[in-house]
Amino acid sequence: MTALATAPGLDPVTFSILTGRLEQIADEMDATLYRSAFNPIIAEARDACHGLYHATTGATLVQGTRGLPIFVGAMAFAVKAVIDKFGASDDLQPGDTFIFNDPYAGGTHLNDFRLVRPLVRQGRVFAWLASVGHWLDIGGNVPGGYNPQATECFQEGVLIPPVRLYRAGVLQQDIVDILQANTRVPRSNWGDLNGQLNALDLGERRFQALIDEYGDGVVSGALEAASARAEALMRAAIRALPDGRYSFEDCLDNDGIVDERLIIALDMTIDGDTMVLDFARSSPPCKGPVNIARSTAVACCYVALKHVFTEVPANAGCLTPIRFEIPETTFLGVGAPRPVAGYTETILRMIGVVFGALAKADPSRATAAPFGTINALSVAGHRPTGDRWVMFSFFGGGLGGNPLSDGLNHANNPISTATIPPAEVLEASYPVMFTQWALRPDSAGPGRHRGGLGAIYELEVLDPGGADVSLLGERGRYAPFGVAGGGESALNRFSWQTATGWAEPPMASKITGVRLASGARLRLETPGGGGWGDPSERDPARVAADVASGLVSREAARDRYRTALDPDGGVDVAATAALRGEGRP
Amino acid sequence: MSDAVKTLSGPIVGVDVGGTFTDLALFDPATGAFRTAKVPSNRGDEAVGFIAGLQRLGPVAALGAIVHGTTVGTNALLERKGARIGLITTPGFRDCLEMRRRDRPNTWGLWGDFEPVTPRQMRLEVPERTLADGTIRVAVDVAAVQDAARTLLAMGAEALAIVFINAYANPANEEAALAAARAVWPNPHVGCSSRLLPEFREFERTSTVALNAYLQPVVASYLSKLEQALAGEDFAGSFHIVQSNGGIMSVAGARTYPVRTALSGPAAGVIAAAAIGRAAGFDDLVTADLGGTSFDVSVVAGGTAALAAQTTIDFGLVVRTPMIEITTIGAGGGSIARVDAGGLIAVGPESAGSRPGPVAYGQGNTRPTLTDANIVLGRINAGRPIGGTLARLDVAAARAAIATHVGTPLGLGPEAAAEAIVRVANAKMAGAIRLVSIERGHDPARFTAVPFGGGGALHVGALIREVGLKAALVPRYPGITSALGCIIADVRHDQVATLNRMLDGLDAAALDARMVAAGGEARAVVAGSGLAMDRIDVAYELDMHYAGQTHTVPVPLPVTLAGGTTGISEAIVRAAFESAYAAAFSRLLPGIPVRIVNLRTAAIGRRPPFDLGALAPDPAATMAAAARGTRPVWFDGAWHEATIWDRLALPVDAMVAGPAILEQADATIVIDPGLAGRVDAFGNLIVERQA
Repeated sequence: MTALATAPGLDPVTFSILTGRLEQIADEMDATLYRSAFNPIIAEARDACHGLYHATTGATLVQGTRGLPIFVGAMAFAVKAVIDKFGASDDLQPGDTFIFNDPYAGGTHLNDFRLVRPLVRQGRVFAWLASVGHWLDIGGNVPGGYNPQATECFQEGVLIPPVRLYRAGVLQQDIVDILQANTRVPRSNWGDLNGQLNALDLGERRFQALIDEYGDGVVSGALEAASARAEALMRAAIRALPDGRYSFEDCLDNDGIVDERLIIALDMTIDGDTMVLDFARSSPPCKGPVNIARSTAVACCYVALKHVFTEVPANAGCLTPIRFEIPETTFLGVGAPRPVAGYTETILRMIGVVFGALAKADPSRATAAPFGTINALSVAGHRPTGDRWVMFSFFGGGLGGNPLSDGLNHANNPISTATIPPAEVLEASYPVMFTQWALRPDSAGPGRHRGGLGAIYELEVLDPGGADVSLLGERGRYAPFGVAGGGESALNRFSWQTATGWAEPPMASKITGVRLASGARLRLETPGGGGWGDPSERDPARVAADVASGLVSREAARDRYRTALDPDGGVDVAATAALRGEGRP
Repeated sequence: MSDAVKTLSGPIVGVDVGGTFTDLALFDPATGAFRTAKVPSNRGDEAVGFIAGLQRLGPVAALGAIVHGTTVGTNALLERKGARIGLITTPGFRDCLEMRRRDRPNTWGLWGDFEPVTPRQMRLEVPERTLADGTIRVAVDVAAVQDAARTLLAMGAEALAIVFINAYANPANEEAALAAARAVWPNPHVGCSSRLLPEFREFERTSTVALNAYLQPVVASYLSKLEQALAGEDFAGSFHIVQSNGGIMSVAGARTYPVRTALSGPAAGVIAAAAIGRAAGFDDLVTADLGGTSFDVSVVAGGTAALAAQTTIDFGLVVRTPMIEITTIGAGGGSIARVDAGGLIAVGPESAGSRPGPVAYGQGNTRPTLTDANIVLGRINAGRPIGGTLARLDVAAARAAIATHVGTPLGLGPEAAAEAIVRVANAKMAGAIRLVSIERGHDPARFTAVPFGGGGALHVGALIREVGLKAALVPRYPGITSALGCIIADVRHDQVATLNRMLDGLDAAALDARMVAAGGEARAVVAGSGLAMDRIDVAYELDMHYAGQTHTVPVPLPVTLAGGTTGISEAIVRAAFESAYAAAFSRLLPGIPVRIVNLRTAAIGRRPPFDLGALAPDPAATMAAAARGTRPVWFDGAWHEATIWDRLALPVDAMVAGPAILEQADATIVIDPGLAGRVDAFGNLIVERQA
């Protein structure tokens, strides 16, 4: 039953201890970067990840507990890309550090910079250390990189293949110069690069000291045992699901270029302790930037499964029992130069689809769809000094209802643990004033446990010169779904003030080149989460409480929750019973 | 002017009210006498235990001062039993408290929701707006404030919080609203954010101010009950409360800022540990408090306890005031041990608590706990349960539970399985210690563990070995450490202000003026406390970063307030920043401008030194009188015959080589083989590696 390795000196107790200590080092690497990074997407939104990876396969051995979930899944592919290019070469030496952002070779999108460094013991690569962080800007047509109208990756920024940033401990300034020349924010990127190097330095010191303390054999044995353990736990989790084939589909509004929906179709097969995730029926590669590479697709399935099977540890072993069908004929397995900047939208939808299929297999684990869009909003202008300012952020929405609770209001996306920058920090940094930062009434999918609420963010441009705005979002046409009888939530909605009134994007939630005059406002209304369970089974007292707080309207209470309230807001028990059809034959 | 405000007459008593027991420590400066008492706490009416404990120490009227470490605020927060409160805020922002920073409770797993401490309908918006640069764009509508206040009162609000966006940059609208609200509010529980926390980040500020309001009626009524009870005993001395920052404040201060008492009790313990360590010659300490469900550690480096600027009490409940930095992990005596489906031994975070408690307590729990493992290994004396009401512990039941849940699945005998549980728990505790020491750049080989509370001393030997600590120092009375801290703690007042200005071309005169004003205010609060102090120190710290970063590093400034100036200069600030940044991260970033974000000011009223010699063992004590024979105790895979001692009966300079067990009423000390303990002049036990 147990999956303990038998390395000499590795007893169950040592294994239990080492597991915790290894994870702690990765946590510490994460914390080092968060604290020293320049751009808020790393420092506040924690769009970063660190870990230790297998010497020859690149497979994930150790991850921090706080790393960005989607990166946790993708890092193994990044390390593999470095191994493929340099692993066999004779001149690999201690103190080398590789850097790249190639989304088709283990990356995600161009903003995500990977640093990979060998951990060398007695002249041999014992394992690899890696760091990934989201840099603010790496060129391309749109500040921040989220160009909703890109048709090739060249319009999204500069692609750096795996190259040496350090050779035997010596910084290759040429590489830094190229990086610095290709961004709108060289200082920010320089700060983040140093933060990532701080994290790698620290990780290298700590892992070396730990291996010195326990010995190479014991640590190797523990790493193998950890992988075996994750595999065993994942197999146990799959075995607990009834065998069968479960299909689920959801779609993206469009790709920003062609206004047609894109379907993500999953056929999930459970067979004993193995699982097949087959996405072959999904839409073909698209023109706009919502394609993803296969590595990203696999990483995002990993994230979805980890959210459901929380007891399975975060290492590569948990993917062993799973087979992926992600053909190149779909927009989920593309190669260069298909544009991928909007990958977040696609993987969020994919994660929802995995939740949807699992809900069919095991209703007791069913989680309704989270809000499902990052809403990458860029508001930019020029200060009186001529300096450019770019306010770039992601926004929150509601999580899905579930067997335990209502969905969480105003949460981050399942692919991240990002916190949102405070309005006061944004207002102190950029010439904008928020006029609303609020929960969005009636945005939650109804259910016995309703979804969490989405939000309304509204801001006014204070810059006398006005501002340029772009948005890459989703869920403007297809709402987050409910499960087990729960209803869907409100759609995403973006609008802005023009001289003649309020305008909305023709492509729902994707637009660039919006010009806002000084004093004009923009408004972003985000979706809630889907509901869990039949809304007419929701405790009427809880419906009444939601109405009292203004989160659910009286009309929605009556029409969607079949709950009647008296004029004081209390539950009208008889009328509610009638609405719910109780007491009738 | 003289800082030594007044001299104390009469004994001073520290009172630590915990969940189960109320611990008291009395010190009489006139005679040097020191006494302790322990009485059951009376949950729900703590005043009863409080007064009963004082009476145990003699006539209450004769006492000169009482200093209290309280968990009333902590419990109200954790159990969500605060007052019904109203919030008045800026248009568009009433949901700030509920939206948090858009986080979720767990990295993995999307279930669980959050309920703010006040419902949405009790969060009202009034016309007003201040911009980030302090410009008043819309002056506050005071009539609307009063209408909102009346509406909230009608809904049953007992306290009111006023939080306006950007009030840190200009408090004018908040001050006007505060005055207007006070005119209609029937009690003193009204506060605004710019007075409590004039620092940017609206969620953290709103949360802190709302939680302060949430605690105000609860803490105020508790303090009034205590004051009445003390008055009933003709107590005429001073009465003070320990704050989470480890300093003490007046009862009036605690009524206004109850959120500053959130970690009152544990903070007092850390302060006492620091003082005991300093007297014994140890300035670098890790305090370790092993309770029923958790293990709390804190670092004291160079004699000073580390403070955290912000603490998350529970998901979404953020308090941003300086608190002793206490790192908690879910490993306590009641933590349940199991083997998971992947073959890993886990101890905690699930806990049997104190009820039903460990299997050996025979109160219905059948799953083995850390305490059960210590019992099976002979470390805890089954015939003399600590501080409890039980006559005996059921060793056989503990053995059987360990065999069933850990031994059999792993193919280990009961003792080996129990030892494995202890080792895994030790590793978790060691991890917590590493987290607060190594990760902050401290070398653990310089640090000494100070266990307090009942359980920590069982594990200190293992921690010395696991983490590579220098030694362990077990205070003479581990169970009353927090009460002792109440007697020892300095008077302290912290304040913060957001400055947001660049270091290049700094207007040093303007900064000096801010610092002088802040220092004067903080000092006045401390001077007004009415306790005996030798002097008042004013310390300054800046939160700084490179422009573009969002996190800051704390930069202690090497200046103080003297002769109406601090003597601050751009060069002093830059040197201090570079030194702090280089210590935190390996790389300085020359050429990038540096920004000063916040100014933190602390005034500390130094109390007269407390002579810990008062705790020393009886000079007539002898080793022979302290010896209690031997019993078999399991270490490192085998039974060893360990010597057993009555800890309090050991004389100064006694040496006890491991394996040994030292017992006292409220603690058991384990000295592992290879370690030895010696009793110092204050009665502390210093555990070190054997030479």
